[in-house]
Amino acid sequence: MSALLWALVALPLTVGTLLAVAGRPADRYAPGAAVGTAVAALGLAVAVAFEHPRVEAPLLEGLPAGLAVDGLSGLMVVTVTAVTVAVFLFSVADIGPGEARARFFGLMLLFSGAMLTTVTATTLPVLLMAWEVMGATSWALIGYWWRDTERGDAANTAFLTTRAADLGLYLAAGAALASGQAGSLALEDLTATTGAWSDIVTAGVIAAAFGKSAQLPFSFWLSRAMQGPSPVSALLHSATMVVAGAYLLLRLEPLLAQSGWGGQVVAWTGAVTAVVLGLVAVAQTDLKQLLAASTCAQIGFMVLAAGAGAVTGGTLQLIAHAAVKSLAFLVAGAWLTALGTKALPALRGAARRHRTAGITFTVAALALAGVPPFALWAAKDVLLAGALEDNAALYTVGLAGAVISAVYSAKALWFVWQPVAVPDEREQRLPYAARLPLAALAVACAALTVTSFPPVRDAVERVLGGEAQPSPYVWEFALSGALAVAVSAVVWIRGPRLLALPGPISVLASGWLRLETAARTLLVTPVLRLADALAAFDDRVLDRAVEGTARGSVRLARWTNAQAERLVDGTVEGVAGGARALGRWARRPQTGQLHQYLAQAVAAFTVLAVVLVLVR
Amino acid sequence: MLTAIVLLPTAMAALLLCLPRSTPRTLFLTAWVVTTAAELVLTVIVWARYRADGGMQYETRARWIPSAGISYHVGVDGLSLPLVAVTCVLFLACALYAWRETRKVREFAALFLFLQTTCLGLFVALDLILFFVFFDLSIVAMYFIIAGWGHQGAARAALKFFLYTFIGSLALLLGFIGLYLATDPHTFDIVELTRANPLAGRSTYGALVLLAIAVGLAVKTPTVPFHTWLPPAHTDAPAAGSAILAGVLLKMGTYGFLRIAMPVLPGAWRDHALVFVVVGVVSVLYGALVALAQNDFKRMVAYTSVNHMGYIILAIGAAGAVGAGHEEARRLAVTGSVFQMVSHGLLTGALFLLSGVLYERGRTYEMSAYSGVAGRAPVFAAMTGVAAFASLGLPGFSGFIAEFQILTGSLGPEPVATGLAVLGILLTAGLFLRALQQVFLGPLRLPAAAPGADRPFPDILRHEALAIVPLLALGVVLGLAPRFVLDVIEPASRAVLELLAR
Repeated sequence: MSALLWALVALPLTVGTLLAVAGRPADRYAPGAAVGTAVAALGLAVAVAFEHPRVEAPLLEGLPAGLAVDGLSGLMVVTVTAVTVAVFLFSVADIGPGEARARFFGLMLLFSGAMLTTVTATTLPVLLMAWEVMGATSWALIGYWWRDTERGDAANTAFLTTRAADLGLYLAAGAALASGQAGSLALEDLTATTGAWSDIVTAGVIAAAFGKSAQLPFSFWLSRAMQGPSPVSALLHSATMVVAGAYLLLRLEPLLAQSGWGGQVVAWTGAVTAVVLGLVAVAQTDLKQLLAASTCAQIGFMVLAAGAGAVTGGTLQLIAHAAVKSLAFLVAGAWLTALGTKALPALRGAARRHRTAGITFTVAALALAGVPPFALWAAKDVLLAGALEDNAALYTVGLAGAVISAVYSAKALWFVWQPVAVPDEREQRLPYAARLPLAALAVACAALTVTSFPPVRDAVERVLGGEAQPSPYVWEFALSGALAVAVSAVVWIRGPRLLALPGPISVLASGWLRLETAARTLLVTPVLRLADALAAFDDRVLDRAVEGTARGSVRLARWTNAQAERLVDGTVEGVAGGARALGRWARRPQTGQLHQYLAQAVAAFTVLAVVLVLVR
Repeated sequence: MLTAIVLLPTAMAALLLCLPRSTPRTLFLTAWVVTTAAELVLTVIVWARYRADGGMQYETRARWIPSAGISYHVGVDGLSLPLVAVTCVLFLACALYAWRETRKVREFAALFLFLQTTCLGLFVALDLILFFVFFDLSIVAMYFIIAGWGHQGAARAALKFFLYTFIGSLALLLGFIGLYLATDPHTFDIVELTRANPLAGRSTYGALVLLAIAVGLAVKTPTVPFHTWLPPAHTDAPAAGSAILAGVLLKMGTYGFLRIAMPVLPGAWRDHALVFVVVGVVSVLYGALVALAQNDFKRMVAYTSVNHMGYIILAIGAAGAVGAGHEEARRLAVTGSVFQMVSHGLLTGALFLLSGVLYERGRTYEMSAYSGVAGRAPVFAAMTGVAAFASLGLPGFSGFIAEFQILTGSLGPEPVATGLAVLGILLTAGLFLRALQQVFLGPLRLPAAAPGADRPFPDILRHEALAIVPLLALGVVLGLAPRFVLDVIEPASRAVLELLAR
């Protein structure tokens, strides 16, 4: 069985790498190879989900690489591969033969392979590896149409923001190792850490998860990520990348609970994101931006669930949301391709013209609104039941988030069903390859509802293991369903006029709270300034000091040559000259004449005699 | 065996110099490629017969200047073997890359072959004077390569490189003599010095010797503030010279720390480990920030070397925090630092060769002169993208394995410093993404000043791809299956830490 698990991870990664490396020559075969691989991966995922294999290989000293499938991972791998198949089928139609298909499908396979590795990793190093590879492939996918500078910027923003948060995982790994209690950095051992190290581990994991899941304050990168092709958005927002953070928090829920503060922080951040980003979604006039903000909000519910300990509810929400959101983005992409726009006012009547797309989008939007009998309605109640047990205020905020999701979903629906039909010159019909995944996902949006009710919910709970979860009362289902229907109805009837938020708030909300501006002014600009200042310091101070030393040495040499050398040489010359003078002087008495010698001797002896007398 | 590996290139160089200059160019180049390939094969044989837990192997010791305690003593262990291997790989890559070289090919090949001898000799040397001789000879050879085949400002940059590192080597020599005098009987043999631990209990003397050695090695590594020779040397060196300078010569400094400073001066190292931690962190952040501000692609890569070498210094500094527990963490840090040397050699070597490819086509390194190059040269763009992501520490490449070990291992002993150093990987990500976006993405724009702006910007050529692709491929292999290298390094890093704990 372990071979199947290796294959599940290796197959998409290998085929993806090969396609991406082969490039344009492989364009013709790329869609077939990619869809085939995705289908095979789905088969493997179903197989391992039942068998729960576990594999391990040595990686670093004392830190093995481990992969395993348990209840949560099993549900995740099936969700990821199923959504991947749907998105790939759609992409065959959407990313036409003229595009760099090998690059597109190769990167998409790498992307989903990295997600599969993330959700099956049992040790922190492997998780981090897959986690970051996913970030890097998202960069390449968002910047897929690289000739547009704006898309390149968006890709950079996405990668840098998520990587900034990923630093938390590096610190968490270091802290877990430093504590000496987490052994081989297995995820399940992280709860064994204590004290300050444990706090660092918890904080690091939370930061990384918030970054990936675009929770506050990291949400802005997801707005920019919309620059990528629609299938990328469909995959990135539903079953990969952004839900990776939610998955990590659900997986490490015991760590959050054990820390004493982590659960609260996570739950409240999730709840606040659900409300605030919901308002951001309400304020959007671009369909993809609306959906993006709603992703943050919907993932906020999963994060809330992880913080409140409602793992079952969070998981159900994750699966249901994957189906709903991939469907919504695929339809938005189809309209973008067919009508060339994603602005809501320009999409008036789009649903009437493209019936398959219109109906499936309606299913997705109603599910997103929390309208019964679609899946997100019940899943949200399961997780909110966990919040209610924890804290009534948390439940209330969560319910408010649910109501807001009804507002933005109904707003999107209102536009696309407007009777004023947009002129569609191209009159393109959706190809069957694109309709099939839409229909399948729409069915899933409804069918997944059963997972939120016994006996399926009990089965899911059993598969996930862990402690018993609080189950929602009937009135909770009724209340949230009624609210969603009522609010949607009001919005539908009144149209977007109702939605005028007070001026400043609406400006703030439509600009995604200006989070990106804040990040740029508070972090990016100062860092770039600092970099410039240091570069100037490097050139003007450090380097000049070195050059100055060199120049000083040359100057010292010149001075030595001019001054010291003259002094030394002068002394030598002086000594020589003196000796010569002495010699000349000593030659003078030697005249060769006897009388002069006698006189000299007399003088000398006289001096000698005087000296002798005086000394005695 | 090692002696043959060390001397073969120089013998070949001498042979080439005997041939008349009028000999066909390809003969010199073929001889060069064949020699470097033979070197690689020999190294693979050495690796294959190396026992991972066997300590120092392939030892040869011959009398040289016995009166001064100097001998010809060579051997390899887990610290040096990976570096010997990466040296051979890089020299082969450079030989392939230089296939189209036309200027004074005979001398170029001979100098590179001689440089290979000095590099390999340094990594296998087990005698301080032998180490010093190879250390200085490498500077000489590199001086001529930069001055003879570099760009406009090459003469000045080469002189600066030579003088700066030469002065550093003098400090190193001073330290070596200090060690020699402290041992009884006097010796320059590294193995004997390590066994003797000559400065145990003499903290002032030990500190002074460590200072001299550390300054010498820090200039070569280079760490802040001794790094200012590096950017001009790289900017003006030919691409192959840069690749060797960054890929191999810089490692001489960090290797010296692990081979000499830590095992021979354990007491002094433990006492002053914090200095290295601080220098390491400053190098990491300073190097990354200054790189971020560069507009010259090659200069930027040069500054990232300061950043990457900073991680190594941080790790070996953190390894000096003996006694505070964290045994496993410190071992991981030391292993990571050796792995980082290998990884940086491959990846930065590739990046410098790629910058050479860019210069060949556009005659400038200024990034603002380019835009949208991916449209004209998609393979080149893809390779540079891969190299940049590898260099910014993306998992799946060797850089991640190195940096993850270093950061994870250093956090326990030095939490604050490591917490700051982690920011370095974000900064490198930022600077590489900026560079990629500027040069390769966006609308097409090529340097106007290039001879004939409408001149085609050819995609990567076969000899260039042959040189660079293996480096990147090795980066991937080491990033996904690092065990075969880690198995060699881990016993050695354990040995270093045992020596340090004395």
